[in-house]
Amino acid sequence: MIRLATLGAIVLTGGVFVALGTETGRIPADQLAKAAMSDSISIPTPGELFAALEKGGKTNWAGQYRGPIPVTYRDRAQIALNLGGLIADGFIAVQAKDGQQVKNIGSDIIKLAKALGVSEKLLSRGSSINEFAENNEWDTLQEELEATQNEVKSSMQSHADQDLVILVSLGGWIRGTQVVTSAIMQNYDERTAKVLRQPALVHFMQSKINEISTELRNQPLVKDVNDQLTKLEKLVSFPAGKAPDKEEVRKINEAVGKLMEEIESKEPPK
Amino acid sequence: MNRSLLISLSVLVLAISGTARADTDAEVQARKDALDLAAAFSNDGFKVRDGHWCGVVKPHDHALVAVNLYAGNQYWFSAGATEPAKKIAVSVYDETGKQVTTDSYDDGNKAAAGFAPSSSGQYFVSVDLVEGEQGSFCFVYSYK
Repeated sequence: MIRLATLGAIVLTGGVFVALGTETGRIPADQLAKAAMSDSISIPTPGELFAALEKGGKTNWAGQYRGPIPVTYRDRAQIALNLGGLIADGFIAVQAKDGQQVKNIGSDIIKLAKALGVSEKLLSRGSSINEFAENNEWDTLQEELEATQNEVKSSMQSHADQDLVILVSLGGWIRGTQVVTSAIMQNYDERTAKVLRQPALVHFMQSKINEISTELRNQPLVKDVNDQLTKLEKLVSFPAGKAPDKEEVRKINEAVGKLMEEIESKEPPK
Repeated sequence: MNRSLLISLSVLVLAISGTARADTDAEVQARKDALDLAAAFSNDGFKVRDGHWCGVVKPHDHALVAVNLYAGNQYWFSAGATEPAKKIAVSVYDETGKQVTTDSYDDGNKAAAGFAPSSSGQYFVSVDLVEGEQGSFCFVYSYK
C-alpha cells in the first residue's frame, strides 16, 4: 500500500484525495492491443529492476561488478548494445554506493557515446556524474544516469540512428537481468524471483528489433541477439503470480550470460 | 545540489526540452502539470522516470499506454491535461484488461493512481476524460 504520508503531502498542495481502492471495470483485448508503447515509458530502467531486487533483502552489489569492457568497438550496433550494458553497470555502482566505480563507468559511457557521434552536450554529463559521485549523491546519480541514457537515445534519433535506440535499451535489460538472476541464484527468494516475469517486455523489444532496417537486423550480432530473444521470452514467461524456481532462474542467467559474452566480444558471432 | 532544486530544474528542463516528436505547447504545459504532481511523490522516496507520454484525451475513450512493472516496487502514475479538458482520471489494468485496485488522487486537470503490483509483467495505464472536452494530456510515472 502506498504510504498515506505522500497523499497527505499532495492534499496540502490543493488536490483532493478521492478514494483508496478504486476498482471497477475491464478493458477488452482489442483495445489493449491498441495501447501505446514507447521506449521511454514501456521499457523499465535497470534502476527499477534493481529497486525491486533490493526489496528481497541486502544485495552484494559490488559482487556483481564485471571487468572493464573494450571501448574501441567499430560496429555501431555493438557499441549501442554495450552502451546499454554500461549504463546498467552504472546503476549497479550507484546501488553499491561506490563513487570511484561510478566515475570509471561514467568515463566509459562517454567514450562509447562519443564513438557513436552523439551530441557534445553529453560530455557535460560526464562532469556531472563525477561531481555527484564525489559528493555521494546517489539518488541524483541515478537520475543522471537515466538522463544520460535518454540523451544518448535522443541524440541517436536526431542523427538518424533511431534504429540503435532499442539496442541501447536491450543491452541494459540483458545486463540488468544477468545481475538480478545472479543475485537471486546466490540467495534464492521466491518473492524476489518474481521480478523475472517479463514476457511482454521481451516481446516488445523483439518487435522493435524487427522494425529496424534489414541491413542492421541481418548483422551477425543483432541477428543472433534477436534469435535468442525468442528463447528468452519463453524463459521469462511464468503464470502471473508464480515465481520461477532456482533451476528456471539458472537457465535465464545462462541465456543472458551467453548473450553478454557475445555483446562484449571483439569477435563476431560464429 | 539541493534535491528539491534539482527536481524543479528537472521539471523545467523536461518541460522545455524536445523529444522525438516535438511536443505542442499544450503538451508541454500538461507535462509540466504531470511532473509537478509527480514531484510531490518524490518527497516519499519515489523516483520520477525521465520519460513521458503525451497525447489527446477524448470523451468516452481510453488513452492507454503499456508499462512493464516489477513485483515488490510501488508506483505512482501521474497525468496532467489542458483546457478544454477539465477533469481527468488515471486507472490501471492488468495484462488481461481487468482493472486493479489503486490509490487515487484527483485535482481537476491533474490525477494520479498509486499501485504496488504483486505480480511482475505488463500493465496498462488509462487516462480518461471525466469532464470537459477533448484536450492534450501528458503522463509520467514514479517508482520506489
